[in-house]
Amino acid sequence: MTLDALNISIAWPEIFLLSMTCLLLIVDVFLKQSQRDASYLIAQFTLLGTLVLTWVNMTTERAEAFNGTFVVDPLADVLKIFICLVVALVFVYSRDYLKDRNIFKGEFYVLGLFGVLGMMIMVSSNHMLSLYLGLELLSLSMYAMVAFNRESGSSAEAAMKYFVLGAIASGMLLYGISIIYGVTGSLSIPVIAESLVKQSEMNIGLVFGLVFLVVGLAFKLGAVPFHMWVPDVYHGAPTTVTSYIASAPKIAGFAIIIRILVEALGALQEDWQGMLIILAVLSLGVGNVIAIAQTNLKRMLAYSTISHVGFILLGLLAGTNAGYSSAMFYILVYSLMSVGGFGIILLLSRAGFESDELNDLKGLNKRSPWFAFMMLIFMFSMAGVPPTVGFWAKLSVLTAVVEIDMLWLALVAVFFSIIGVYYYLRVIKLMYFDEPEDTTEIKNTTEMQMALSLNGLIILLLGVYPSALMSLCFSVFA
Amino acid sequence: MFADWPLLSLLVWTPILGGLVVLLAGDHGGAQGAKRLALIFAVATFALSIPLFTEFDTSTSAMQFVERYPWISTFNINYYFGVDGISMPLIILTTFITVIVVIAGWDVIKVKPSQYMAAFLIMEGLMIAVFSALDAIFFYVFWEGMLIPMFIIIGVWGGANRVYATIKFFIYTFIGSVFMLVAMIYMYFQSGSFDILEMHNLKLSMDEQFWIFLAFLMAFAVKVPMWPVHTWLPDAHVEAPTGGSVILAAIMLKIGGYGFIRFSLPITPDASHMLDWLVILMSLTAVVYIGFVALVQNDMKKLVAYSSISHMGFVTLGLFMVFMIWENPANSDLSGATLAVEGAIIQMVSHGFISAAMFLAIGVLYDRMHSRNISDYGGVVNTMPVFTAFAVFFAMANVGLPGTSGFVGEFMIIIASFKANFWFAFLGATTLIIGAAYTLWMVKRVYYGEVANDNVAKLTDLNSREFLIMSLLAIAVLILGLWPAPLIDVMHASVDNLLHHIAVSKL
Repeated sequence: MTLDALNISIAWPEIFLLSMTCLLLIVDVFLKQSQRDASYLIAQFTLLGTLVLTWVNMTTERAEAFNGTFVVDPLADVLKIFICLVVALVFVYSRDYLKDRNIFKGEFYVLGLFGVLGMMIMVSSNHMLSLYLGLELLSLSMYAMVAFNRESGSSAEAAMKYFVLGAIASGMLLYGISIIYGVTGSLSIPVIAESLVKQSEMNIGLVFGLVFLVVGLAFKLGAVPFHMWVPDVYHGAPTTVTSYIASAPKIAGFAIIIRILVEALGALQEDWQGMLIILAVLSLGVGNVIAIAQTNLKRMLAYSTISHVGFILLGLLAGTNAGYSSAMFYILVYSLMSVGGFGIILLLSRAGFESDELNDLKGLNKRSPWFAFMMLIFMFSMAGVPPTVGFWAKLSVLTAVVEIDMLWLALVAVFFSIIGVYYYLRVIKLMYFDEPEDTTEIKNTTEMQMALSLNGLIILLLGVYPSALMSLCFSVFA
Repeated sequence: MFADWPLLSLLVWTPILGGLVVLLAGDHGGAQGAKRLALIFAVATFALSIPLFTEFDTSTSAMQFVERYPWISTFNINYYFGVDGISMPLIILTTFITVIVVIAGWDVIKVKPSQYMAAFLIMEGLMIAVFSALDAIFFYVFWEGMLIPMFIIIGVWGGANRVYATIKFFIYTFIGSVFMLVAMIYMYFQSGSFDILEMHNLKLSMDEQFWIFLAFLMAFAVKVPMWPVHTWLPDAHVEAPTGGSVILAAIMLKIGGYGFIRFSLPITPDASHMLDWLVILMSLTAVVYIGFVALVQNDMKKLVAYSSISHMGFVTLGLFMVFMIWENPANSDLSGATLAVEGAIIQMVSHGFISAAMFLAIGVLYDRMHSRNISDYGGVVNTMPVFTAFAVFFAMANVGLPGTSGFVGEFMIIIASFKANFWFAFLGATTLIIGAAYTLWMVKRVYYGEVANDNVAKLTDLNSREFLIMSLLAIAVLILGLWPAPLIDVMHASVDNLLHHIAVSKL
């Protein structure tokens, strides 16, 4: 094996990320607590560097490396850039929160960056093993991050729950992979796809494997009926970690669905389409209806995430390029909205006060009209009301579904988004129509306020001019 | 000189950007700053809308002042503006009423005046865009976007039960519109674009038309609002601040009627024909039944709200009567249909002025007494003679007194309905009696008689600001009532074109 066959150069962003993270791990040991900001800066620099390296090496061609286990294509590039961007936002929003709770430690950034590495490997995997490797790297980082606040009992409980259910899901996925291996004789995604095309008759083992894969993916993504962990983990984890879990990993989850279901098992589309329909309809229904009953903002956003997952599945199950593109557009937009929504919670929280109850938002417009307006944008965007970008995400998914003559699915989706509108409106009602109960001044670093404002304005600007991002997503699957 | 100007873009973006400027200016520099700024933008927008009328070519039914640029190429969605004789008067109505609303809120709004003014300006831009958008998704963006400022207006500056009312308002309208969105997407795959004019010429089977028509009906019937989906309106009106009620009644309701003209009738003519009985039934129920409901109201705003529903019933009646007029063998010519549709449009414009005036009159009383209950008043004429003169004048216009704008539209529709079916005319004409009953009875109880209590005795008459808005509206109502010809000229070509279009089956 020569070095050329490894084609190492296309993996520079990952290599840079790994080296910098290891460096951070070492440097952090020698820092005093008062110098901890240096770790933060190194982490941000790492993300920026990774982003730039990905950006500079963007290709329109598909290239493989490491003996065909690693692939770089336009899909991977775009998703990686967004992952870095969103995690960078999470890190900006997190600093004050961590300091206030005396958990401002280098490990947060190390784990976060290892998670990013895992996501990037998932996004670029061309082989079931590298995919699983990336997934586990991400999951293990997240288990540890959920338990990051050692003093908090609910964090520990959430981490335990997450770990047990996540391990089951990984097991399911692994089992599915091994069955597929048994049927096709390979773990390489292009080889699997090829051998499935050749197979004319349906193999019962194959369907078995498919079911396990879909269940595993649904667990990871948090689709109903495999969603039980989502609200508890979102609620129990420190809000910084919640904002991490709720945003970037969903992008990676989308990527592995594309890699497994579309690229490897594309020939079985008829089979997985039916399964995804069930998952999508249940997620839309359960997510939107149960969100109404929540009094905790983090739990409400957790159920809202479940309903968004339903919409993303709608795009995927269309099984057309337009469907995949619209799901991709949706997931990118969703990650920006979600990180913004949690950013507002982080903005309002302070030492000894989590600000994660719905009632804590009361009268925000009187305390800070600007950030109330930002939250208004995030909420209307999640509800899919124009002129925010959430509307375009829903429109493109609905279009994809109508295109394959599944009008009834589009009607189900809009029906549940009507229900969904109610709980988003309630947040706006609390912010604008109620009197504040808590009049403490909102104090945060300028950096965080700038980033959060930028985040909100991006949602608004993308709503006014979605064309660029939309064309980008559609060109990926052209 | 205005021929090369992107007039419609200016009309849409001046108030929206103006609203953002007002929002950013905030209330720091004293409350007057934001209000003055808002007034400047509102007047500028009104001034910009005048060339729309003067430069309008009445001889053609084609879209004018057209602007078209690609917006979202992925779905072939265009930034596409244009007006015809049907939408142009409604745009001028919008710019005029917004000026009135800004002046009306001048001293009254104490909480966050900059946000209040900004919400109305942004709303104005969105409503103008709804009337001029010629791309279905472009239209939909503004149609839904409009809900956001209204939601805030009712919720922040509204009355005691405002939260319930505003959420009900939002959800009702949202329910209606999402199904319309699905219908639009469906048609996109039939015609390859969201261009409304192309949708007009799109061949659709009866089944397709049936479902598309129902989707549109849901969206527009909620907005008009038609019986039985009208229940959000009285709630929203009662709780909204005066300015909110004015915009709601004067313009937002018209958007529903406009939707029927722009979408339902030309896109699904055969389904409209098949289901016209349903719409007529709903309209006549609104005219008669809601009229009786208005009679028993104790709250003045509720009374006017129900009166609005009843009057809007006339609009939908006029629009959907055309098929019956055509089918009636007794008609030697087809002018009856033109009369019905033109009557409906005039009724929309006229109701815009009259309902605005009625709500402003209630606002004048409410600002002084903080009550909308009819029983709290009595003998207002003794302390506020000038105001009472205006109020009675507008009440007469609401009843449809000849010489006021209220007469023209109703009269045209009733005449036309004789050509469709005698009983439509009969039931429609009862509104002249019921309407007179509830309006004049309210006038009698509120304005005439002995001074009812000490509060009424302490009332002061109109100040110059209130006098200004009342007289502006009174002039508009009179001009439209005495000389409606310019308005009819403007819309004539477009209405003819519309009728020719819907007379041809798409099957």
